[in-house]
Amino acid sequence: MQILVNGEPLATDARNLAELCASLGFIHAKVATALNGHFVVSAERGLTPLAPKDEVEILAPRQGG
Amino acid sequence: MFEIYGETFTSRLLLGTAQYPSPATLKEAVQASSAEIVTVSLRRESARMRAGQGFWELIEELGVRVLPNTAGCHTAKEAVATAEMARELFDTPWVKLEVIANDDTLQPELFGLVEAASVLVADGFQVLPYTTEDLSAADRLVDAGCRVLMPWASPIGSARGLINRDGLKTLRAYFPDATLIIDAGIGAPSQAAEALELGYDAVLLNTAVAKAGDPVKMAEAFARAVEAGRLGFEAGLIEPRDMASPSTPVSGTPFFKIDRVS
Repeated sequence: MQILVNGEPLATDARNLAELCASLGFIHAKVATALNGHFVVSAERGLTPLAPKDEVEILAPRQGG
Repeated sequence: MFEIYGETFTSRLLLGTAQYPSPATLKEAVQASSAEIVTVSLRRESARMRAGQGFWELIEELGVRVLPNTAGCHTAKEAVATAEMARELFDTPWVKLEVIANDDTLQPELFGLVEAASVLVADGFQVLPYTTEDLSAADRLVDAGCRVLMPWASPIGSARGLINRDGLKTLRAYFPDATLIIDAGIGAPSQAAEALELGYDAVLLNTAVAKAGDPVKMAEAFARAVEAGRLGFEAGLIEPRDMASPSTPVSGTPFFKIDRVS
């Protein structure tokens, strides 16, 4: 199915958010996630199914003022 | 010493981590500033570049407290979602809450700011709102549960200093119990000292250090300026006056003639 990850289209077979993070190499990475504008805690990524056209945000620490 | 939600800090300088010429300079500047708190943000992580992971290692090495911001958010909804992600990512209840009204001025969108602050405080966050010197907005933020207010001095990155000094003085007078931190617009150590002389508890700045010719030296300059400003405030500044007032005693002036006194 086709979804948006960080604003870019991605074809994925991931059934849930945890599988998506794993497929992108983020299993042990310091990231936080949101689905369709709502925060998803890390413990619930495996319980959060993905559907076509979903919009996923995967954020990490960055420089800030 | 000043307080942020019950915790005390010695350094009255909070430093941003963006725009430094290199990670090594950032690290040295933080050390030279004596800052105990640095601001950070959250941005989209590329699976290929993984820039955030390396940056986080650097911050961990510094051993300072992090204050995550919601920079770039234009609505309360965006800011709340970003704050929730920041709390998990940085394992802190603190958030430097930014809701931006306009991309040219980067001025706070005060209505969305109050709305987001209310939601976040109710959810257990300790909110440090980036606001203006507006008293009614400050009232609403304090009513919402904010114990720290962070008014701008002038627009972010503008280096114009305290452009509404009287407004900032009034804010300090109206909120004697809140921790007040000047956030944004400070361009020179003298401006930071001025903020502390007005009784502000601390200043938060980034560009003035990161974009200086020598960021490490400038970090040290700001560290000294905030100390000097605070000492000046504690010592009690004299009031300005319109006319001169001789500091040297008039009594005993040589060649003094009574007919010169008008």
